[in-house]
Amino acid sequence: MPDLSAPAGWLPVVFMVLMGISMLAYVVLDGYDLGVGILLRRAADPEKDLMIASIGPFWDANETWLVLGIGILLVAFPLAHGVILTSLYLPVAVMLLGLILRGVAFDFRAKARAHHKPLWDRTFYAGSLIASLAQGTMLGLTVVGFDYSVTNLAFALLIGFGLAAGYALLGATWLIIKSEGELQLKAVRWARASLWLTALGIAGVSIATPLVSTRIFDKWFSLTVLPLLLPIPLATAILFFVVERSLRRLPKRLSEGNEYGAWIPFASTVGIFFLAFYGLAYSLFPYLVIDRITIWQAASAPESLMFILVGTAIVLPAILGYTVFAYRVFWGKTRQLTYG
Amino acid sequence: MDPVLLSRIQFAANISFHILFPAITIALAWVLLYFKLRFNRSGDAQWMAAYRFWVKVFALSFALGVVSGVTMSFQFGTNWPGFMQVVGNIAGPLLAYEVLTAFFLEATFLAIMLFGSERVSNRVHTLATVLVAAGTTFSAFWILALNSWMHTPAGFEMRDGVAHATDWWAVIFNPSMPYRLTHMLIASGLTGAFLVAGVSAYRWLQGDRKPDVLAAMRTGTYLAALLIPVQILVGDLHGLNSLEHQPAKVAAMEGLWKTERGAAAVLFGIPDEQERKTHFEIAIPKLASLYLVHSWEGEVKGLNEFARHPPVAPVFFAFRLMVGIGVLMLLVSWATAWRLYRTGEPGTRHARVLVAMTFSGWLAVLAGWYTTEIGRQPWLVEGVLTTAQAATTAPGAMIALSLTMYLVLYAALIAAYVSVLFYLARKAGKEGPPEEPILGTSTPALPKEAANA
Repeated sequence: MPDLSAPAGWLPVVFMVLMGISMLAYVVLDGYDLGVGILLRRAADPEKDLMIASIGPFWDANETWLVLGIGILLVAFPLAHGVILTSLYLPVAVMLLGLILRGVAFDFRAKARAHHKPLWDRTFYAGSLIASLAQGTMLGLTVVGFDYSVTNLAFALLIGFGLAAGYALLGATWLIIKSEGELQLKAVRWARASLWLTALGIAGVSIATPLVSTRIFDKWFSLTVLPLLLPIPLATAILFFVVERSLRRLPKRLSEGNEYGAWIPFASTVGIFFLAFYGLAYSLFPYLVIDRITIWQAASAPESLMFILVGTAIVLPAILGYTVFAYRVFWGKTRQLTYG
Repeated sequence: MDPVLLSRIQFAANISFHILFPAITIALAWVLLYFKLRFNRSGDAQWMAAYRFWVKVFALSFALGVVSGVTMSFQFGTNWPGFMQVVGNIAGPLLAYEVLTAFFLEATFLAIMLFGSERVSNRVHTLATVLVAAGTTFSAFWILALNSWMHTPAGFEMRDGVAHATDWWAVIFNPSMPYRLTHMLIASGLTGAFLVAGVSAYRWLQGDRKPDVLAAMRTGTYLAALLIPVQILVGDLHGLNSLEHQPAKVAAMEGLWKTERGAAAVLFGIPDEQERKTHFEIAIPKLASLYLVHSWEGEVKGLNEFARHPPVAPVFFAFRLMVGIGVLMLLVSWATAWRLYRTGEPGTRHARVLVAMTFSGWLAVLAGWYTTEIGRQPWLVEGVLTTAQAATTAPGAMIALSLTMYLVLYAALIAAYVSVLFYLARKAGKEGPPEEPILGTSTPALPKEAANA
């Protein structure tokens, strides 16, 4: 590990943390709106408008976190950016196809001729699903170090389904907060259905990562650190239990008009994503491409990183501030959206 | 097939598709702010009606711009890994500042601008409109700083084959940046102006005589009439700047093979790189020397002087297309503005011409970009990195697959966009006269449009 007191040592670490925050923000934020897209097909037509309205003011800014995350990879670690994106050429192209379809369907469904609306709804669903599956597959391929064997591909696809289920879980629990009545009860059922597949995906990544690399295995399973790391899987298990219990109790309470605890499943799911992400980051560090490229090998020149850091330190708090403001403006149960 | 060529086609397809929408939204954001401010000051419902119609077009265009922009951010890595490896230290920070200062700002306040008018005060809603407009313009600032740097790199040194910034001010405000940025912002203004005028003329021809239709038509036409002479001037200055820094590009634009004193301006011809001459040339003697070096007998360098120069024919034709559309824009906007000023109405023939010119801005923007970007070849970064050096190692077949996918998708999306645009125009015509403004009151006046996201 290089000298962390020199800029060339600590700047890459700072940018890795920033990239991690952006990626996590992306996964959680765009995760819930992709999830709502995946669930769209299961809703009745009038409910679809409300589901879309619940994510309408947010999806665009949510997706910007992806641009920031991939942007930091690009600007802070150009060497790794090239290797990673060339290795993931096809899944990235497929993901972009999904994101494009979803983003445009979102607008077209409300503006095109009425009889085209079901077509754009299907496009929205398909785009959301394709993007989620592709992102999960990319995650799986990253974990196995871009080694394209048949087993690894099958594993990556499994992770694809796991992440899509995780997004559906986020989307469903988001809808529990934002909707009322019949749709809200449906959302509880959707959340329960996606819970176990999500658990399977997280378990898959957790088991596979140490098997891929002995270095990662040693990082987790040594007697000195294991007691310190054990809280991560333990807390994840507890959160799953909390979500499960809450989802079991909610239908009765909600049908009595009692909203108490309606936010628990969403908050706990975000917690699960946070822990899973943290565990993965711990495994990978300090590598961007497992056991091949470290953050220091891939980093840009210190003077460039410094130039970005100054701007980031000024602008990021502002971004967080007005993001909070936007969420407050659209706080509460979703109503139909109107222009104006 | 050759991965470099395929990557170039794919990137060109993506960026061409992408630029169509920012070219609209950069200007339309300010036009919307204008409508909003007019309404705030006068309380006249026609301005609110114009705002309400055009904000939908804005939302649609913005969504297409966002999704194609996300694609671009990935293609730097997937198709041009060498670009970031060599000049990442320069390109990276400029792109980062675009995301940080522009993208989040636009995306977040767009939501408030689109859906928030009943949830925030009119003052905050106006502020959101200002911030969205500022965001679109910041975005143009950073990306054009980077693009200009690729044409006229400055403020850096090469160490071990990698560019390192030595002076960020010089990097950002590199020699061609002020010209290119101004030229592009005005181009966006013209694109937006002709779109607004054209769609309004379409509504007017459909029999939609509501006051907001004429108000928007007047706004678009006057804006175009105002901007086009400025654009011609700025374009000329930009050309002079290119002559100083990229003489081979200007020689290709002019179709000039031999270095000449008193060079002629070629109006039309067919450049032939094999024979190194221009066939069927129609030219005005000495004119090129006059407008390039401001002297009848001034010397202009020809293509034969340069060991490496861009492909001539595409640059030559793209440049003529751009200038041709510019001249057409001048004639149409001034004639229509005169007519609107004199009679207050466009007349059927003027309106039809405006409709035909609806997307003229798109053509001019694309032609202009092809001129300057193909004119930079074979360099990706002038004098620093060639396009071939930066290309991906991904197999040609894979690129061909993704390229086909993008082309099919983009063709479908452009068709859908244009069709929905005119559908919205017809639908607006069937609605009643503008409702009383809802701002400042608690009762929503528009019929609820279901989840009009």
